[in-house]
Amino acid sequence: MEQFVYDSVYLHSTDFHEGRVLFETWDPNTQYAWDAGVAIGRYLHELRAGRLIGRSCPECRRILIPPRMVCEACFCATDRWVPLRDTGTVLTFSRCYVTWDMIKLEEPQMPAVIEIDGASPGMGIMHMLGEVDPHSLEIGMRVQAVWKPLEERSGAITDISYFRPLSGSAESAE
Amino acid sequence: MKRDVGIVGAGWSGFRSITPDLSYKELMYEAAVQAYEDAGIDPRRDVDSFVTVAEDYNEGTSIFDEYVPDQLGAVHRPVHTIAGEGIQGLAAAVMQILTGQFDLVVVEAHSKASNILTLPYVQAFAFDPVFHRPLKAHPTFVAGMEMLRYMVETGSTHDECAAVVSKNRRNALRNPRAGHGATVSLDDVLSSEPIAEPLTRLECAAHSDGSIVFVLASGGTARALRDTPVWVRGIGWANDTFWLESRPWGDARYARTAGEMAYRTAGITSPRSEIDFAEVDDTFAYKELQHLEALGLCPPGAAGEWTIQGGTALSGEFPVNPSGGALGEGHLLDATGLARVLEVVLQLRGEAGQRQIENAQVGLAFGWRGVPTTGGAAAVLSR
Amino acid sequence: MNGNSGKLSRNHVAVVGAGMTRFVRRAQETAKELAWEAAHLALASCEMTLDDIDAVVIGTAPDAFDGVHMKSEYLSDGCGAWGKPVMRGYVGGGTGVFAPIQGWYHIASGLFDTVLVVCEEKMSSCQPHPQGAFLTIFDHTTERPLEPNLLWIFALEMNAYMHRYGLSKRDIATVSVKNKRNAADHPAALLGDKHITVEDVLNSPVLAWPVQRLDVSPVTDGAVALVMSASHVARRVTDKPVWIEGVGWNLDTAYWTNRDLAYPVYVEEAARMAYDMAGITEPRKQIHIAEPYDPFDYKELHHLEGLMLFDKGDAPRAAADGVTQRDGDLPVCPSGGLLGVGNPIAAAGLMKVAEIFWQLRGEAGARQVPGNPKRGLAQAWGDLMQVGTVVVMGI
Repeated sequence: MEQFVYDSVYLHSTDFHEGRVLFETWDPNTQYAWDAGVAIGRYLHELRAGRLIGRSCPECRRILIPPRMVCEACFCATDRWVPLRDTGTVLTFSRCYVTWDMIKLEEPQMPAVIEIDGASPGMGIMHMLGEVDPHSLEIGMRVQAVWKPLEERSGAITDISYFRPLSGSAESAE
Repeated sequence: MKRDVGIVGAGWSGFRSITPDLSYKELMYEAAVQAYEDAGIDPRRDVDSFVTVAEDYNEGTSIFDEYVPDQLGAVHRPVHTIAGEGIQGLAAAVMQILTGQFDLVVVEAHSKASNILTLPYVQAFAFDPVFHRPLKAHPTFVAGMEMLRYMVETGSTHDECAAVVSKNRRNALRNPRAGHGATVSLDDVLSSEPIAEPLTRLECAAHSDGSIVFVLASGGTARALRDTPVWVRGIGWANDTFWLESRPWGDARYARTAGEMAYRTAGITSPRSEIDFAEVDDTFAYKELQHLEALGLCPPGAAGEWTIQGGTALSGEFPVNPSGGALGEGHLLDATGLARVLEVVLQLRGEAGQRQIENAQVGLAFGWRGVPTTGGAAAVLSR
Repeated sequence: MNGNSGKLSRNHVAVVGAGMTRFVRRAQETAKELAWEAAHLALASCEMTLDDIDAVVIGTAPDAFDGVHMKSEYLSDGCGAWGKPVMRGYVGGGTGVFAPIQGWYHIASGLFDTVLVVCEEKMSSCQPHPQGAFLTIFDHTTERPLEPNLLWIFALEMNAYMHRYGLSKRDIATVSVKNKRNAADHPAALLGDKHITVEDVLNSPVLAWPVQRLDVSPVTDGAVALVMSASHVARRVTDKPVWIEGVGWNLDTAYWTNRDLAYPVYVEEAARMAYDMAGITEPRKQIHIAEPYDPFDYKELHHLEGLMLFDKGDAPRAAADGVTQRDGDLPVCPSGGLLGVGNPIAAAGLMKVAEIFWQLRGEAGARQVPGNPKRGLAQAWGDLMQVGTVVVMGI
């Protein structure tokens, strides 16, 4: 099949620096303001108040976070707001040593999926871990949200700065 | 086409200039629930495949396909996104049913245009990056240039283009879905601000938010679900060249090619006499005229005169855009073609209320992807 | 109302030609030119011209990479679609295997006899780094404010998979070694390396633990194209048409943080759909070659389990035992996969389909798996760890 492979011209950064290749640049300037809607609107509102909230499905009875107006498993309307705790369990985590544009980080970022207490099993949200030794992270760790002070909260997922290990960690999830 | 394909369910949400109360997911859910109720089906049990229509840059999300299944009842089901015109999504559903492997297929498209803060920049991002973007012109310049060429080649007048606006926005007053119904005179249109001369502001469809969902079924299933399904008799789509430099500026050749395929698959040889009415893209007023000619619904160059004489009015011999079109309902980005299909479906079902055309048996819907594309798609539907 | 049952009528739609460009880090060719090069080589490979083509299917993933909104419009003429029906399907990374599924339904619908399927990606256009385009795949309100890096989501999944089955990095690194070595025999490969070892992989820098640099496929530019035909045309054009025996695709919920990341249910669902159509009841026996999607080494194993070719948690051991080598019992990614050939997203998936095409016809040259394989499978994956697309092909 070699005869049906086209030999693309491989460019190197020197081709650009030394002017052998001409190029155009364009900044797309694409900006959006997304309507949060009923479910996420309330989620953000509760975040500003320092709380996590979910929705429950009347058919499968799962308690869902992030909240949504339709249960995707049953395809029916969810019917109740359910206040949740701001503690949870780490379902998985990573230690990330590079930024998205591949710049090395000395201290790793620690993203995780955290199952929230009060929601159904496996109901996680993505957030960051902090105030913890990166090499002591474990799946199954119990963690607690660290909130920004009220005056710094704006109704965003970043109203939680990060999750840190639950002190004592003998607490069990309900 | 080797199998019957029917539309057995239709649902929609909107169409309004803004929808601040609902996220796009909730907008889609509203339309989906209505469509599934209308068809009498349960998506978790009955639907074999789902097709959505979306473009990342219209949503502000890369790989928008990720976010569609939950609110359509499509989790753990075959789902795919067509990044194209709404009627191409319909075509994808039709083709799946024609294979004989899929019985019930859902099609969805929506617009949240109000959430795009820099819409002209998004549109400009569709231009060739080396040859056209550096010109830094507002994308509507392409439509202005095309309109001028069209008028010169066909002898159509500006009054005739303005008559499209008048007709469509008047029709929209009778359409509860329409966001832009109004009484607009030719003078109002001609004296509105120039956008890209000769195009004036009132000749450019404003945008609306909204969502549309259809349920399609193969013949036997369609008849079991509804006494009178609306049949997809023919379908066609085509692209012309992407290059601004070499396209036929006055002639919507892509519409001719798409129309020809739709007529061929529908077994239609004389469109004007075998079709009763049409919903045809009118993103810009002159486009309705240009598309009518390319689709062979009137002789070349005759659409303007036909319109200004009232031939395409709601009460005319061949109503065009009884819904009000994009000018009257609002432009729904790539969902616009499905808004055209929606009106055809409602007319054929006898559910068009104050806009009902008597004895509507066969209707045509045609969508265009907008500047700077030459992409169009057509569907012929019948009772 | 269940339409997805019953055997796909055999010998209905076939792949009759294929062509591709070399996969490179940054090509001089524009996206349109890459698409053209692949498309015209695919036509040449079966001695067809554009006049023989009734419709075009374009597969290409995030517009953010190439930097063109409504990318298929820009690519359309490069893909041979002037004056023709052209349609773009877009299911993220799953697109490369989904495009031939679209080609299949175009032809099986009876509307078209011959379809040109073109997949292209030019990731290098996105500056300062193509990774930037991936920032926007996350939910705009509940996730993007955390500024997630694409590597996170793979690392989170890899960690969950390793934890569930007690796997070590060594178990997984063998996949990267196999694929990069296989790729040394692929004329279009970017990262073929006959001498790479497991130690090389384990010593490479940690990016997002447990992901290390040599666990990951590179950002790439490239294009691949196939010609697909209805049986009456296929038999005229070639004496070795490769038939589409089964197709399947499946999408999981967008709420990925609510899912069990250790197992790709959506790949299993897609595989079941394809196996059903192909009449396959014992995939491990009836599939002779597999090209699962391998953007990261652990994904090959993850997907092999989802494809039910190995039991859950068992794929690593099979790989360590040599089962998935080219001369093993079930060759996996004989092409060299994304890890070895490169990852121009949509084109990468179609490269796998092209590989099955060439392998079944005995045209894979130095990569040819022995034993006259008769049936193969290509699988791609995409969206937010969410979509599975599967094609079963046979000769």
